[in-house]
Amino acid sequence: MRIVLNGEPRDAADNLLLSELLVSLQLDSSRVAVEVNEKIVPRARHATHSLKEGDRLEVVTFVGGG
Amino acid sequence: MGNCGSGDGCATRNFDQPLRLGSHVFQSRLIVGTGKYSTYEAMRECLDVSGTECVTVAVRRERLVDQQGRNILDFLDLKRYTLLPNTAGCFSAEDAIRTARLGRELLLNLENPGADWVKLEVLGDKKTLLPDPVATLQATEQLVAEGFRVLCYTTDDPVTAKRLKEAGATSVMPAGSPIGSGQGVLNPNNIRICLEYLKDGDPDYPVIVDAGVGTASDVTIAMELGVDGVLLNTGIAHARDPLGMARAMRAGWEAGRLAYLSGRIAKRLYATASSPEEGVIGATRR
Repeated sequence: MRIVLNGEPRDAADNLLLSELLVSLQLDSSRVAVEVNEKIVPRARHATHSLKEGDRLEVVTFVGGG
Repeated sequence: MGNCGSGDGCATRNFDQPLRLGSHVFQSRLIVGTGKYSTYEAMRECLDVSGTECVTVAVRRERLVDQQGRNILDFLDLKRYTLLPNTAGCFSAEDAIRTARLGRELLLNLENPGADWVKLEVLGDKKTLLPDPVATLQATEQLVAEGFRVLCYTTDDPVTAKRLKEAGATSVMPAGSPIGSGQGVLNPNNIRICLEYLKDGDPDYPVIVDAGVGTASDVTIAMELGVDGVLLNTGIAHARDPLGMARAMRAGWEAGRLAYLSGRIAKRLYATASSPEEGVIGATRR
């Protein structure tokens, strides 16, 4: 299936869990926040949230800012 | 007075209150941004020297392709600093609200006390980075309803400031001048009116000058007006010697706060002599 991750389309296994996606991206889940279709999926639900065709994800972290 | 700088601190500092912003209490009245430093190491040193206990951060997409592996969080002691996430770069209330929620989620994961608040910026114009007052008010109402303590970046317009406070803002933060412009406090009279309106019957309501600081005297001037704190970033990060400027900014707020608490003399058109006018020697004969 296709998802859109931080604005970039990419392939993902059907029903991929959000936690599996973050592991495959080598991201530390304590340092990112994730929105799926403009709604936050809290960290506690990453391991049970399966992604769907066409999902739009935002994976964010902190950077320097004023 | 007179003993400032000695090991025991000084008299005025002893009767000053800490800065209270919602549930947060800080001894330093400087909030410092973490953007634009040449390196994370330089940022860390400057924050240390500035004496701040509260630093702002921005929420951005994780770089999934070009990963250096270095994260700003590796350079911020989360036991020492309360993080204040901002919504910089948002041009609509909706985007700012989503960004605020993402910042809260990040801070909950990090177990930092900053998880309950946000520095709300809803911009209206890319060239000036001036805020959109209508969208800022809408976003404030929504975020307050969601339980956020909202620190509102706004202009120095006193009526907007009043409306933001009425909407439940924890602090109103008028800009001294446009973000990153280094022009200091361009309209001290408006800041004075903001202070009068916001603190009317509520003297402890915190007002922060946010943005525009170019050098230490700008911080001092803001503090002398009676604001509760100053938020700055570029003034340190882009100084020729950022570390030196971080020290200067610290001295600047302390000087301004002391002067405010101590009460400046009234300005007069004509001179008043400091030395006694009596007992001057007889005039030389000529």
